Amino acid sequence: MRAIGIILAGGNSFRMKVLAKNRAISAMPIAGSYRAIDFALSNMTNSGIETVCVLTQYNARSLNRHLSSSKWWDFGRKQGGLSVLTPVITEENSSWYRGTADAMYQALWNLKESHEPYAIIASGDCVYKMDYNAMLDAHIKNKADITIAYKRMPDDVRIDRYGVLSMDEAGRITELEEKPLAVKSRNISCGIYIMRRRQLIEILEQCAEEGRYDFVRDVLVRYKDVKKIYGYEIKDYWANIASVEDYFKTNMDFLKKEVRDYFFKTYPDVYTKEEDLAPAKYNTGSSVKNSLVASGCIINGKVEDSVIFRKVYVGNNVTIKNSIILNDVYIGDNTYIENCIVESRDTIRANSTLVGQDEIKLVMNDSDKHV
Amino acid sequence: MIKKEMIAMLLAGGQGSRLGVLTTKVAKPAVSFGGKYRIIDFPLSNCINSGIDTVGVLTQYQPLKLNSHIGIGIPWDLDRNIGGVSILPPYEKSQNSEWYTGTANAIYQNIDYIDSFHPEYVLILGGDHIYKMDYEVMLDFHKESGAECTIAVMPVPWEEASRFGIMIADENKRIIDFEEKPKNPRSNLASMGIYIFNWKTLKEALLLNKDVPNLDFGMHVIPYVHQQGAPLYAYEFRGYWKDVGTLSSYWEANMELIDVVPEFNLYEEYWKVYTKSDVLAPQYISADSEIQKCIIGEGTQIYGKVINSVIGCGVTIEEGTVIKDSIIMNHTTIGANCEITKAIVSEDVCIGDNVVLGAFEEVDNETHPHIYNQGLVCIGDKTVVPSGVKIGKNVVVSGITTAEDYPDNCLASGKSLIKAGDKA
Repeated sequence: MRAIGIILAGGNSFRMKVLAKNRAISAMPIAGSYRAIDFALSNMTNSGIETVCVLTQYNARSLNRHLSSSKWWDFGRKQGGLSVLTPVITEENSSWYRGTADAMYQALWNLKESHEPYAIIASGDCVYKMDYNAMLDAHIKNKADITIAYKRMPDDVRIDRYGVLSMDEAGRITELEEKPLAVKSRNISCGIYIMRRRQLIEILEQCAEEGRYDFVRDVLVRYKDVKKIYGYEIKDYWANIASVEDYFKTNMDFLKKEVRDYFFKTYPDVYTKEEDLAPAKYNTGSSVKNSLVASGCIINGKVEDSVIFRKVYVGNNVTIKNSIILNDVYIGDNTYIENCIVESRDTIRANSTLVGQDEIKLVMNDSDKHV
Repeated sequence: MIKKEMIAMLLAGGQGSRLGVLTTKVAKPAVSFGGKYRIIDFPLSNCINSGIDTVGVLTQYQPLKLNSHIGIGIPWDLDRNIGGVSILPPYEKSQNSEWYTGTANAIYQNIDYIDSFHPEYVLILGGDHIYKMDYEVMLDFHKESGAECTIAVMPVPWEEASRFGIMIADENKRIIDFEEKPKNPRSNLASMGIYIFNWKTLKEALLLNKDVPNLDFGMHVIPYVHQQGAPLYAYEFRGYWKDVGTLSSYWEANMELIDVVPEFNLYEEYWKVYTKSDVLAPQYISADSEIQKCIIGEGTQIYGKVINSVIGCGVTIEEGTVIKDSIIMNHTTIGANCEITKAIVSEDVCIGDNVVLGAFEEVDNETHPHIYNQGLVCIGDKTVVPSGVKIGKNVVVSGITTAEDYPDNCLASGKSLIKAGDKA
């Protein structure tokens, strides 16, 4: 592959509410067995990218643990491989990343020493499958300076928290607004960019000199009319999980056959860190309907329309409906859970009732585990 | 200098012919077990959990699946700069090239491998049992007792003792005599085929007996060491240890895993069992399905009814199908409205719609009654079974079968239908 990969994984969002307390969004568990960043990492390895930098900042403990070995994405290489970059204090700089461009500026050394002609920048909080080579081919064909992947969103989805872009007939971006008050198009930026590596270095150095730190505002929007910026449409499944509602919906999407078949049964695969858990076990009296269950689970109760992550224990006479139970949760007997997201490593005491009334209820009690 | 206190040699070259069609294309240690594992995962995980980071795996019979499963040992953390896992096949020499002709002969042919680690002790393991054992505790026993060879033994019921190699030990566990499958056993301590030797003692014994045909540990090396007067001790193991050498014991051991609290618990944090999983996705259970008392591997999709069964990874079970008391291995697809009872269905099998497995009255298998018995139906790797056929009990089916192979859409109990493919 002719590109170096950069994954922006430092993000946090107030829209994730208490779910962000434990981890960066890129480390959010997805679809029973995965974490958000697995999708970007798998796309990169499946596209033949050999060198990847992951930029982390916010609450990276969970993410770092997930990235403890790069083997699972086949990045355990002598040449290239995966580097995880966190903000460091140096003689010139003693601050955290002040924005995405600033974060990448701190990866300048990695960018400069690599030999690939292009750089692919992707965010770690999106769920999608993509061959970046096809996007790079379009980038080269258009003779673009920068190419931005976009997705056309249906009319009933609110898009005012995304970057919204409009293009001319040739696909060149004419308008680009970040979090607009009034949306002029249904095309949103997916946070995936391609440009020449040398140009990226140049722009990042200039931004740093001028005290500009945000890649979207200070680079894309600012350079829109001087540089040739093209759009590249993602036609397949793409979801961003940076709010509780989107997170819930994205997980529930995997209960649909076409989404499961697309991600789990169609080449290429999505990879993740193996947790060495036993197969899921269904005891007498269990009843599971329309649900995803990950390995290491022991199920005694009733589960409907839900996503059960790894190593969840569901006690006797429990009912779980339309909920997401994250990793390593113990659910005591006679509990009723509906419309909830139960935070990982949680213990739900026996005889509890947890119901999200109008919106999804986030369940997170810090009680000690009792088994 | 490279130095390891103890290294393990895992004998994984055997065919395991009593597993019938399950081992036509794979060595016994590579046969699937318990939904997502293969038999060799148990001794390999025991090694790494016991702190043994150097393991030689001796392969001979059908090694492809075994080799690709083990790879460089990543799942067991056995990918090491020094040591780690090494696959040791038989190799050509300038003279006297030969296959591994016996268990001890296989070790004899790899003396150089063992010597390169300068070990004090060598642990000899088989690849055909399901158990969790801390070999380090056994090594401590070996050192404390001053043994030159320690044999792990297991108390078995007296009435079964005549099926095993039996060790007779004194009150200090020093072995005074042993007998192979005795008619009137004098002890009920059965050898588990797990030995710790002082490498010096073992190397000497191997070199001196190298010309014995089919050099075997139980038949030749241990009797020889005993005759020389070297102290042999019995290390008594009291835990779950299951031989899965026959189809019925293999089926039973799988079924034991689905008890509410199984005797052999895979869910313990301590002493995990590691394996290479090629499927990572979660499993999906549809709105119309029913599952009772099962264990199910990753990425499996279930639309039917599954009771009392062990289901592997990446399996698809379609609507209206009822599966009972069966083992379904990785990447097998089972069509709609089938009825499957007491079957062992191997990997990558494709079963059509409206198929019945385990129909009719039980009749002994006509060709191999000692392999296919207990009413089990056994379907080999990559077999295709066409829609609408009824297959009886004590039956084996293997290969790509078509409707013509089933007169009146039936295969009576006791039949063997082996269609050798072009590469069988």
